[in-house]
Amino acid sequence: MAIEVRIPTILRTYTDGAKSVEGSGGTLSALIDDLEGSHPGIKERLVEEKAGSVDLRRFVNVYINDEDVRFMGGLDAELSDGDQVVVLPAVAGGAR
Amino acid sequence: MLTIDQEIYDAIVAHARRDHPDEACGVVAGPEGSDRPERFIPMVNAAGSPTFYEFDSTELLALYKDMDARDEEPVVVYHSHTATEAYPSRTDIGLASEPNAHYVLVSTREHGNSEGPVEFRSYRIIDGVVTEEEVTITPQQTETVQSQKRSTP
Repeated sequence: MAIEVRIPTILRTYTDGAKSVEGSGGTLSALIDDLEGSHPGIKERLVEEKAGSVDLRRFVNVYINDEDVRFMGGLDAELSDGDQVVVLPAVAGGAR
Repeated sequence: MLTIDQEIYDAIVAHARRDHPDEACGVVAGPEGSDRPERFIPMVNAAGSPTFYEFDSTELLALYKDMDARDEEPVVVYHSHTATEAYPSRTDIGLASEPNAHYVLVSTREHGNSEGPVEFRSYRIIDGVVTEEEVTITPQQTETVQSQKRSTP
């Protein structure tokens, strides 16, 4: 099962500079584990452990077919063959 | 060094003034690898806050898809500080995720929504390290010069 994953500039150090890579998995969580296998270190940049459970990092946005996964169950969001996943770090900051 | 057209400089300052006391934010896109900020794109601050800014996640995706289709990248990422100096905060540094971008900060603390000089400073933020850089403002381009520029490969 092939899923195209678009990688942002800041994470291309994990993909030898590739703008997009292929992965597989029935859920976003499984896809991230699969990516970690081929691009070690990338998982830590996408998810974090908080209070014993693993969740997407607050300032990382992930989209499946243009929809923010936060509205689709987060890491449990389901994937099927041919889906396109886009990873984008939030553009954010503040005065403090 | 950041080299930016007067027109775009003015547009960033105007946006910061207009949104004061909330933080204003946006990008200036340019051809990938060119380091030329050419297309001014003001964004909505989804946080709507005087101390925080964040692009709306749906608008963020649309922005990046659009830049991708045009072979552009964010050459400038700008935002304003409305009560503090135009220097990246700890949050700004921690969240900076465009190693190729010039991070522009504008401070409206002196004059708020009114006319008057504003602090306009530019930085590189790479792996948590902030380096301030010079800003060179180029006079407004004439139409002829701009069309020549576009035809340059």
